[in-house]
Amino acid sequence: MAGPKASTAASKPASSAVDPNAIHSLWKAYNDTTPSRLKLIDSFLVFLMLSGIAQFLYCILITNFPFNAFLAGFGSCVGQFVLTASLRTQVNPENRGEFKDVSPERAFADFALGSIVLHFFVFNFLG
Amino acid sequence: MLAYSLPSDISPSTFVNTASLVRIVALGLISAAAISSRLFAVVNFESIIHEFDPWFNYRATRVLASKGFYEFWNWFDPTAWYPLGRVVGGTIYPGLMATSGVIYNILHALNLPVDIRNICVLLAPGFSAFTAWATYMFTKEMKDESAGLLAAAFIGIVPGYISRSVAGSYDNEAIAIFLLMFTFYAWIKALKTGSALFGTIAALFYFYMVAAWGGYAFITNMIPLHAFVLLLMGRYTNRLYVAYCSWYAIGTLSSMQVPFVGFQPVRTSEHMAALGIFGLLQIVAFAQLIRSHVTSKQFQDLLFVSVISAAVLGMAAMVLLTYKGWIAPWTGRFYSLWDTGYAKKYIPIIASVSEHQPTAWPSFFMDLHMLTFLFPFGVLVLFRTLRDEHVFVIIYAVMGTYFAGVMVRLMLTLTPCVCVASAVGLSQLIDTFMDPREPDVGEEEEKEDGSSTTATPSKKAAKKEKNAAPVTGVGAIDDIVSTLSIAGGLEKDKSAKAKTGIFGLDTRMVVLFNTAAMLLFFVLHCTWVTSNAYSSPSVVLASSNPDGSQHIIDDFREAYYWLRMNTKEDAVVMSWWDYGYQIAGMADRVTLVDNNTWNNTHIATVGKAMSSPEEVAYPILRKHDVDYVLVIFGGLIGYSGDDINKFLWMVRIAQGVWPDEIQEPNYFTQQGEYRVDDQASKAMKDSLMYKMSYYRFAELFGGGQVVDRVRQQYLPKQGPTLDYLDEAFTSENWIVRIFQVKKEDLLGRDLKSANGFAQGKKRKRSKPPVKRRVLA
Repeated sequence: MAGPKASTAASKPASSAVDPNAIHSLWKAYNDTTPSRLKLIDSFLVFLMLSGIAQFLYCILITNFPFNAFLAGFGSCVGQFVLTASLRTQVNPENRGEFKDVSPERAFADFALGSIVLHFFVFNFLG
Repeated sequence: MLAYSLPSDISPSTFVNTASLVRIVALGLISAAAISSRLFAVVNFESIIHEFDPWFNYRATRVLASKGFYEFWNWFDPTAWYPLGRVVGGTIYPGLMATSGVIYNILHALNLPVDIRNICVLLAPGFSAFTAWATYMFTKEMKDESAGLLAAAFIGIVPGYISRSVAGSYDNEAIAIFLLMFTFYAWIKALKTGSALFGTIAALFYFYMVAAWGGYAFITNMIPLHAFVLLLMGRYTNRLYVAYCSWYAIGTLSSMQVPFVGFQPVRTSEHMAALGIFGLLQIVAFAQLIRSHVTSKQFQDLLFVSVISAAVLGMAAMVLLTYKGWIAPWTGRFYSLWDTGYAKKYIPIIASVSEHQPTAWPSFFMDLHMLTFLFPFGVLVLFRTLRDEHVFVIIYAVMGTYFAGVMVRLMLTLTPCVCVASAVGLSQLIDTFMDPREPDVGEEEEKEDGSSTTATPSKKAAKKEKNAAPVTGVGAIDDIVSTLSIAGGLEKDKSAKAKTGIFGLDTRMVVLFNTAAMLLFFVLHCTWVTSNAYSSPSVVLASSNPDGSQHIIDDFREAYYWLRMNTKEDAVVMSWWDYGYQIAGMADRVTLVDNNTWNNTHIATVGKAMSSPEEVAYPILRKHDVDYVLVIFGGLIGYSGDDINKFLWMVRIAQGVWPDEIQEPNYFTQQGEYRVDDQASKAMKDSLMYKMSYYRFAELFGGGQVVDRVRQQYLPKQGPTLDYLDEAFTSENWIVRIFQVKKEDLLGRDLKSANGFAQGKKRKRSKPPVKRRVLA
């Protein structure tokens, strides 16, 4: 339940080989059924993904010289992405049954704590 | 109906409070037992560091305690691996030292000035209490609290774990097993609740584990394997996604902060399983999201084109990267776990360690006693209620058993799993036989229903209460017995009508009595093994006199102390690598090689010097500025772990680097025997090791038969002579012999002819001196 790729046009070119009808209906279904809160989270996810892709391209095309700095930056993007995706899953009303112990507020607190810990290590690793 | 009567006037809160009090007291007692059973070595001998590796950990901890953390972090040790030196900060797992340093500072802040040595000695027993607690928490997630208590009791005293954590064994495993269990607990908890908090906790303890022990690779592969098996079983849940991703993202980034690990998590094959499962989970989660939005027909189109191709592409990319060399292949140490003949063929230094040999059957029984056969039963019980977390224990059981079978020292990682599974099995057994309910036979029930007046009052009351008030009274007492939750009372009451069960009190008593007896024998066995086999500090050797009193052989410390007091501060001591850490720790002198075997060529150099004739060895010794050579010799008192018995490994390791100068077959007799007596081969008799070990040994026997008590062989009456070395020190029982390397002859002769000259002059005055030879 984590992918943001479904949320935007970003997924379209990736799977353009597929029947365009399916893509279109997917996009429509997404737009119609997703609450605005989740859309907000999804837009953040897309931003994180773009940022990660930009860093990865820089590393591949130009240099990976301070490799720890690359890993820290890229790791922060990936880590923040999966933490946000986890938050999205936990607060998604469709998944209420799966997360009996985690209320949306608790999920947000977990998300905040996880992000703080992650960024502590990121800053330590930037060097 | 009930097999035995139960008190009916206890309120649920009383029951809950009593149960938790019992648990707390039991855990306290288990901790006390775990700590006190590890103190045999301290009580019998003294509070010192054992073995070899702990001496380095202790030395590093002393640096940390006296100079502070930053000095320790950047510590360059010029006295090890002379002339290379060792960057300690980047070549160790600092978790153990940091833990002791923190405890040291806390105790000193509380005005309890405890010596750092005592903290190091008692760290392992202290952490074993934490391990018992962590195992309790872990097993609680598997079954219930009573199984947790059993598991905690097992791991508190089981010899398989005690062997690596007695007082004085200040090794990484001392804290690592606690961290292993707690990381697994947090992972299971994260998986069950789907909480990112527990994922983060698992990642933090994983970080601590990475900082503490090289065995963290076990966690790095166990958790992904568990996630993968769950995926294959079709048990993907969003909780799995949350738990795994929060663990992996934070855990990997944090593990890279440890300098010794560095970029390994993205560069080596050992860590690629975790990365691969991470990628796979993203794809699966994405597919799940799409599935919720489109019809199944369209979903299948999308799935086949995008999802599966992405997975295959990712796999192919990883294989390609490995072949291209971007991702390092398995290191020898890990690879030898799969290909068990690999180390012996290619890396003799790994195969030479006794802990890296396959495990024999008796040692399974010795280390685990009755858990050996309760373990498969426990795994079977886990199979019957196959929840997500049970899959974890089952995988752990399979992997752990395999690894423990391949390598003796990996028995340690198996032990927690054995304790958990056995506790689940045993607690299942006890639950069944303690349950007071008897199976209802159909006709009996009918009879009771039909003519309730004939039933005895007490029976009727019990039955009525059971049916009417499942939450109180009998329902609550049932909980003591089968330890289900209060809420489960209702459900249980329904299942009380079950057709299977145990009849009568006598059958129950027979089985429970047997169980109790087995547990008792387990305790006796553990105590016996711990006190007899695992509690001897290898630094002092104990033997008993005919009258039963203890005789201590303390040659190691005698010799190391001699080195410390009677040699220059910067004297270089050459010995086989086993003793490197002890020399640095106790004698405080510069060593050529030590137990951290990072430079194989340097070790082979020492091996070559030891196994060559004097003339060849001397230039090597001079080039490395060696002042003293130390050998361990057990021939006089029968100490079998001496250097002559390790000699063949020196030859093999040297042969790996200089195959045309050192050949192993030269050290055997014509018949292919390894002998030290007068039939010994020429290479053997000429080797420096042989000469140093048996130098002046024949004199001890005053012309009688010269016998080597380890090899059980008679040596020639005329012992070897040394031209390039002087005997500097020999300990009381001849265990440690230290030789001083002579300086070059003042007149430029080589030392052999100079020696011959000196001796010749004494014996035969009339003869002209031996012709001088100029040193090449």
